[in-house]
Amino acid sequence: MNNELPLRPAPIRKRDNLFFWDGAKLEELRIQKCNCCGKLQHPPGPMCPQCLETDMGYQVCVGRGRVYSWIIPRYPELPMFSSDLVVALIELEEGVRILSNICDVAHEDIRQGMEVELFFAATQDDGKVPQFRPATQ
Amino acid sequence: MKAINDVAVAGIGQTEFSKNSGRSELQLAAECVKSALQDAGLTPADVDGLVTYTIDNNEEVDLARTMGMKDINYFSRMPFGGAGAVGTIAQACTAIRAGMAEVVVVWRAMNERSEYRFGQLDATSGMTVGGGGTSDMSWAFDMGAFTPMAWQALNAMVYMERFGVTNADFGRLIVQQRKYAASNPNAYFYQRPVTLEDHQASRWIIEPVLRKFDCCQESDGGVAVVLTSLERARDLKQPPVKVVASHGGGNGSQIATNHYAADLSIASESLVTARNLYAMADLTPADIQVAEIYDAYSCSVFYGLEAFGFCDLGEASDFVRDGHLAIDGKLPTNTHGGLIGEAYIHGLNSFTEGVRQVRKTAVNQVANVENAIVTSGWSAAILSKV
Ligand SMILES: [Zn+2]
Repeated sequence: MNNELPLRPAPIRKRDNLFFWDGAKLEELRIQKCNCCGKLQHPPGPMCPQCLETDMGYQVCVGRGRVYSWIIPRYPELPMFSSDLVVALIELEEGVRILSNICDVAHEDIRQGMEVELFFAATQDDGKVPQFRPATQ
Repeated sequence: MKAINDVAVAGIGQTEFSKNSGRSELQLAAECVKSALQDAGLTPADVDGLVTYTIDNNEEVDLARTMGMKDINYFSRMPFGGAGAVGTIAQACTAIRAGMAEVVVVWRAMNERSEYRFGQLDATSGMTVGGGGTSDMSWAFDMGAFTPMAWQALNAMVYMERFGVTNADFGRLIVQQRKYAASNPNAYFYQRPVTLEDHQASRWIIEPVLRKFDCCQESDGGVAVVLTSLERARDLKQPPVKVVASHGGGNGSQIATNHYAADLSIASESLVTARNLYAMADLTPADIQVAEIYDAYSCSVFYGLEAFGFCDLGEASDFVRDGHLAIDGKLPTNTHGGLIGEAYIHGLNSFTEGVRQVRKTAVNQVANVENAIVTSGWSAAILSKV
């Protein structure tokens, strides 16, 4: 029986990123897409830097990417996170980069360019966050 | 109005650097400014411009009142925290050249160790202490990257992967900087040099990028600089040090926190600054005899050496290994011990070290200094002998 509460903090919700975290709750990784010119951008913002329109939508990612950078925060300790936390920059197949975590892999096996796939982890306050693990195929 | 072309540093001052100053940040600010004005042979009544940079908790008006300053005609506060440290000098130069102010004081004064733990996670708020001056870091917080060390290391890991650099390469820089600090009585690490083995034995802060010895110390203290026209500085107490300064344009993201730029193995913002600075000064890297390069972390110096043209991209580790940062090397660097060895007064104490090198009053004095460079992220200055 697993009655542990998810310890990691709930995502920081802001006016310009609500769609992202609402999507995560539904296990969708949403990347902001300009409804006017189609430009994808992350982190999202209130205006498209390419056409200066404010009509912003999103695209749901397929959930595949490659590792660009990764680190293991050792100090200060982060009691709210897993003790083998890996923070990573992931280049999504859609061509944008996001900050996330890499899970289910030994630290020494992580490589730049490694293919990873998306899953979601629960947080406090019924939230979910996008996470990555080595691609299964 | 008479045209002013050249601006000079007329005075520098500081408090002691410690882990517990025992007095308010406002008092530290007033003391370091007093010391800089006395160094210049000026009084608070002469000051008509005040410049600092974000994350300083002192209000300009409080400092002016505390010291009995009169009419202040020019205020400015640079963005980007420590990356704006030398940007303050560009602001002061611009104001003086434009005739908006005649005597500008730049300061930084903080109790970032004794009053709060700068850059550490505040468990109650879930935010980073002193985290102002950055772009939106909520995306990093959500994933467990809470400190400036973690943010910077995400970039540096890309650099290390691309050029085959290891943490021991960063360690060789630390050994050199701690050697400088060991002979600097103002340094926290005075008389405490380290070996590469000591460095490699210090605990990981962010594995596999930064160990404890790769990171600057949280410090209490204040540093101030007085600038005026070269013409007026010639009549003051100290030999003037001429300033050329530039604040980079970049691409709207702070270096330490820009995780979305195309290539994180280069400091693209600093490249813009370097180009502007050398063009303004009509100098090249070969004309520089000593460098004070922003070193909140060891890896920042590698980026700085390459961006400001002292070695080719990816070659900083060889440059360090070959001893070029030593007092008799090609480019003695961070000669006070750096922010890592002396104290973390957010880069302004590296600027004053550059001034001392040109004045020939540094404890680790480099021979024949004509031009010194001081950088802080994407702002930088060249200081020249008059
Ligand atoms: Zn658009």
